[in-house]
Order: sequence, then C-alpha cells, then structure tokens
Amino acid sequence: MKANNEVLQNKGNLLQSITQKLGPFLGLLILVVFVSVMNPSFLEPLNILNLLRQVSINALIAFGMTFVILTGGIDLSVGAILALSSALTAGMIVSGIDPMLAILIGALLGAIFGAVNGLLITKGKMAPFIATLATMTLFRGFTLVYTEGNPITGLGDNILFQLFGRGYFLGIPVPAVTMIVTFVVLYILLHKTPFGRKTYAIGGNEKAALISGIKVPRVKVLIYSLSGFLAALAGAILTSRLNSAQPTAGESYELDAIAAVVLGGTSLSGGKGRIFGTMIGVLIIGVLNNGLNLLGVSSFYQQVVKGIVIIIAVLLDRKKSA
Amino acid sequence: MHITMQGIYKAFGTNQVLTGVDFELKEGEVHALMGENGAGKSTMMNVLTGLHSLDKGKISIDGKETYFKNPKEAEQAGVTFIHQELNIWPEMTVLDNMFIGKEPKNAFGLVDSAKMKRLALEQFNRLDVSLPLDKEAGSCSVGEQQMIEIAKALMTKAKVIIMDEPTAALTEREIQKLFEVISSLKKEGVSIVYISHRMEEIFAICDRITVMRDGKTVDTKPIPETNFEEVVKKMVGRELTDRFPKRNSKIGETVLEVKNLTGKAFRDVSFSIRSGEIVGVSGLMGAGRTEIMRGIFGLDSLESGEVILNGKKVTIKNASQAVNLGIGFITEDRKDEGLVLDFSIKDNIALPSLNSFAPKGLIKEKDETNFVEMLIKRLTVKTESAETRVGDLSGGNQQKVVIAKWIGISPKVLILDEPTRGVDVGAKREIYQLMNELTDRGVAIIMVSSELPEVLGMSDRILVVHEGKITGELPKESATQENIMTLATGGQ
Repeated sequence: MKANNEVLQNKGNLLQSITQKLGPFLGLLILVVFVSVMNPSFLEPLNILNLLRQVSINALIAFGMTFVILTGGIDLSVGAILALSSALTAGMIVSGIDPMLAILIGALLGAIFGAVNGLLITKGKMAPFIATLATMTLFRGFTLVYTEGNPITGLGDNILFQLFGRGYFLGIPVPAVTMIVTFVVLYILLHKTPFGRKTYAIGGNEKAALISGIKVPRVKVLIYSLSGFLAALAGAILTSRLNSAQPTAGESYELDAIAAVVLGGTSLSGGKGRIFGTMIGVLIIGVLNNGLNLLGVSSFYQQVVKGIVIIIAVLLDRKKSA
Repeated sequence: MHITMQGIYKAFGTNQVLTGVDFELKEGEVHALMGENGAGKSTMMNVLTGLHSLDKGKISIDGKETYFKNPKEAEQAGVTFIHQELNIWPEMTVLDNMFIGKEPKNAFGLVDSAKMKRLALEQFNRLDVSLPLDKEAGSCSVGEQQMIEIAKALMTKAKVIIMDEPTAALTEREIQKLFEVISSLKKEGVSIVYISHRMEEIFAICDRITVMRDGKTVDTKPIPETNFEEVVKKMVGRELTDRFPKRNSKIGETVLEVKNLTGKAFRDVSFSIRSGEIVGVSGLMGAGRTEIMRGIFGLDSLESGEVILNGKKVTIKNASQAVNLGIGFITEDRKDEGLVLDFSIKDNIALPSLNSFAPKGLIKEKDETNFVEMLIKRLTVKTESAETRVGDLSGGNQQKVVIAKWIGISPKVLILDEPTRGVDVGAKREIYQLMNELTDRGVAIIMVSSELPEVLGMSDRILVVHEGKITGELPKESATQENIMTLATGGQ
C-alpha cells in the first residue's frame, strides 16, 4: 500500500514537473495560435522580428528580476534605475564621451545602484520590498533633479550607438540579439555554476544556506547588482531607440517584469523557478501586446486583458501545486 | 479537583511515547513530574488536556470518567496548561495577549478594554509584575513572557494548573514570587502539576513526586520520603544495552581549543578536543549548549574568548569561514537549518562543497554526481535516486543526508547537535557507526546530546553545561548518568 502510494506520488511528481515546465509554454502556444488565427499577419517574419525587439527591454529586466525573486526578494527600483542610468549615459554622450563607453559606464552605474539595494537589504536588514520601494523613489527623484524634468537629446550620430537600439545583426534586431546572448549567459550562470545553485538555496532555505557556508549577503548584493546592471542595459537600448533619454522612462516597468517572472512559473516565495520560464512569460506579455494591437483592441482593453491573463495563469499554477 | 490517569498509552506513528502511565493528582497538592527529555511528561499532560487523544487508558476527574476533546474544553472545566513553548503573539500588546480569543465585551458588543485592564492588573499585582500593559509582548524578556502566561492561567480561575518548566527563563526574584503564588493557590485548593528538571525547586515546593522513564511511571512518593539521589537514579536507571557500537578510539593531537568563550547565553567556556576523539556535551535544554556551538561556528557573535585551531588562533566571523577551516555543523533542527527541503538529495549534499566542483566556474556535473553517489552509498541513504526531493525522505534518511553533506567537506572538526533526534533505532546505530568511522580517520567530533545513554555510550570525554557554564568534565571511565545529572541540574 505504502509502496503503491509512493509510486503514485512519484508519477504525480513527474506529471507535475512536466506541467510545471511546459505550463507557461503551452499558454504561449495557445495564445500564438489564437492571435494568428484571428489575424494571420501576426506570423509574418517582419512582425515576429518586431515582436522580439519589443520584448527585449522587458526581457532584460525580467531576467534580473528572476534571480532576485528566486532568492525570495523583489526589486521595485528597476524602472527608476533604467531612467537614472539612461539620463546619466545620455548626459555623458552629450558632454562628448564616446557613446559606447558611456553605455558601459551607465551599465556599471546601474550595477552600483543595484548594489545599494543589496546592501540596504543585507547590511541594513531591510525587507526587499521596502528597500527597493525607497530607492525607486530616490533614483526617480535623482533622475528628475539631473534632467530638470526635460528629455536629454542631441545624442549625435555615432553609428554603433544607433545600431544598439535600432540596428539589425544578420537580419535580427540588435536588441533581440542582446536579449538572446544575455539569456544564454544567464541560463548558464543560473543552472551550471555554484552561484546559480546558491541563488536557489538562499530562496529555498536561507538559514540552511548560511550554515552551509554560503556567503548569503554577498550573493544577494551581487544579484541586486545584476538586476541593476540589466535594467541599465535595457535603458541603453531604449535611449538609442528614442535617440533621447526621458526622465519618465521605465515607469512601471518593474511591474511588467514581475508579471513576466510570475507568468513563467517562478514562485514569489523563492527557491523555485526557471529563467526559461521567464523568457516565456516575457513572450506571453509581448504576444498579448502585439497581438491585441494587430486585432485593433484599444489600449484600455489591453490592460484589462493583461490583468485577466495574469490572474488565470497564477490560479492555474496554484491548482497545480495544490 | 482530583484526577487519576490509569494505564495511558499513546503513540505517534510508530513512536510509542506512553506505555501504560499511571498518575494521580490530589486536590490542593503540588505534584512534581520528573524524567529525562523524551520520557513522556509533556505528552501525558497533553493527553490529559485533550491536545492529544489517548490510544488506551482511563482518565477520571472527581470520580467521573472524563476525556477532554481539546485544551479549550479542559480550560473551561478548570484544567490549564502553561506550556514550555510560550504562546505569545509578539506583535500584540501584553494586554491583548492575555485576552486573546476571550476578550470581554461591553453592552455594544465591543471589546471592553477597561475591564481587561482591571482583570490583568489584578493578576499582575498578585504576581508582583510591573509590566506596562501596552508594551509589545515580543519586546518582553522570555521571563516576562512567562509571567504573562502564568497571569493568563491564573485569570481562568483554574482548579488545576500544569506548569512545564515554568522557571527556565525566570530570574531569582521572579521565581520566589512564583513560589509564593503557588503556595497561596495551594491554600485555595488549586492543584499544581510541576514539571521541572530543577531538583532544588522540586524539593522546596512540591508535596509529592512522580518519576517517569521511557513512557512509564517509575514511582510516586511523598517528597519527605525520598531524596535527590533516589530521584536521579529512578530517572535514569536503565540498562545500557549494545545499542552503541564498540569504540576503539585512537586519540591524537589537539585539533580545536577554545578559551574563555563568552557570548549571550554562555560565559567563560573553555575546552579542547583532539583528533579522533568524541567529546559529548551534556546538559539540560536551554543550558546554552547549542549557543556555544553556534558561537564557535561563527553564527552568533562572541563577546570574548579565543578559538585555536591546529595551534593557530582563528577568528570565525561567519559560517563560511568555519566551513573553509574544515569545521562542519550538524544542527539540531535539520528541517529549519540543515536542509533545503525542496532541493534534491544531490543538491543538498553538494551545497557546502559546490565551489570544489567548479574549478573553472562551471559545475562539472559528472564529478558532482559521482561524489554524491559515493556519499549516498557510504551513508546507506535509502533512496532510488539522488534526484529525490529531501523533504520526501524519512527523518533518519534526512539526517544521513545532512551528515553526508558535511562529510563532503572532509571536516577536521564536526559538531553534531542532537544527531539522533527523531531518528529510529536502526538509523541511530548506523549514525553511531559512522561517527566511529570518522574518528578512525582522525576527525574530532563534538556531540551535543540530551540523551544520556547516547552521551555515555559514544563519548570519550563528557562536558556538562549548566546555565551557560561548563560545570564539569568527566572522563568516560568515571561518568555515570547520576553524576552527569547532578552536574547538569546544578547540584554539587
């Protein structure tokens, strides 16, 4: 009897792990089929490439958010970091620094802003929600102070800089290439290195991770730095695409990123989830936006639909794990 | 109120905790209940108050067979249990804590705080407690929290009060006050069951004593007819069988030495341990044993003292440093601190040694798997696959996974805190066997344990801790359950 139960349970686990891995993917598939039946032009290569470029910014932010959420944390400041680092990068370019160097420095500044979050959370023992809520306001404030509330324009005509947000590489939009390369690097980091394993361990049981000799504070600071770095990188893409830095850039981007992570099946309590799922989550949101536009749904209704999709996805996820 | 419990049996799963206990409580008496940890004292009282149902046996109250369905029903009938683990809502005020779930209401159906305050102050005055009622309960000391619980129990107009280690966290003054209250309760005809390890207290305030061992009542006697020695003997008097594998200790050089370690819960702790040696650390719960180990391992900060490893003075500020120095720590609470329950066996075992599988940054999965398979085999962890979720394993197998994880770092010193808690007899012996194998290879083992037979059966040397201080060091040859118990309870 007991053995039988165990077998059943193992089968259940197997089934559960399959649906867990494929659940978001199936959702995406259904969505793609639905949208392309309604409007076949969705599947045109040009639209797909367009879609990939559209999702790249949310993808980069959501990748960082995945690490953060896996440790059981949250990062609300990514949108503000995006805006601040964009403004600073644009400022550097205007003052004559080489644009590509400026992007690099901007990304490093993003990492430093993220490290501030990490230090507040580990050394300051603040709850991640509160710490990043505060720095969100702080960084947004700095952005408004620095830009005096005006967009920064006149970024010149450096070809590499323009390519960064607008160009194509082998026919693929450069932002999409950046996204794919980043995905591969982070996938390896999360699944093939000690750092990734430690990320999961902290989210799974922080005390046990600490006693096992993992430098929990250091790992956390690195993860929030990574999140800040990726937000700044997304900011650079946006700046290049708009050829200007907007003081209000990235507003509520953190929420889209969190939504993508959750849609991808990562648990907000930490320890469980995959970056592949996040990629799927990003695509689900992207297909929704893109598809609803193609179908001529007003942007007001788009919000309603997105909200409903998130609720359904999470409810299905709950059922599965119950 | 007069209570008799006869032939009480209670098992949790396969763990038979009570095997035919008899107990009698007379009206207006203070009745001491003594026994080792795990003897079944708390379980018996939980059966009485209806928290656990009994498997077999008879409970009569004032001559009438009575079985409470739950603690609330017991409380309404006048039987109140003050638990060792306090039921405090830390974010709520002292006052709210005292009335939680039974707030008096005024004519409008709203909480009558004036009445609450009056009733609470009445009890505080009686206990001579001067706690502000609007203080957050979580910011009170453990002793103060204990007094809140006692005041709460007094408010229920109980006829029987069961106190489980009530003085463990109290100051001398608070204890004196509690004793005064107990004797005045007694005059009012209230009966008290007093569970404690503190011999002096029991002989000072109790009328009768019942000693329990292995889920049975050993004896009940009036206090004047017995003495300290007899009680200790009855508590521990069991034969040491061959539950413990034979040890051939080959003891080498000193590996770890600590000098005058002082922390929050302990002071002036000095001892040393040599390679191949097992040092048992005995003492009552709450004596500070775990805290000493946490201090050495860098989990809690030390106020002063030195740690010397292999002749070199070291400062261990965090667990990571301890692990790098070759110290492993198997904590007493494996679910909360030892394992990531959602991780597989493999991921758990590999956790402290991850970096060694990734010399160039990427984890070499093959090395990792081989290493884990080897440890699973060596520790005979019963599982079909290394990918099994650890949370699905039995207690004994989980404990083996924790041990495997630490063997994986090739430790020089291994600290085991309650290594066989919640582990069945068979797995226990395997764990002992493993400890012997490790010491054969020169590992120094510090074993904190509340189980006296285990301490006596496995240790080469025994340290006894009482109230944060080492009160004695006994070589294996002269250690007995009696002299350990005496040192552990603060006797001479």
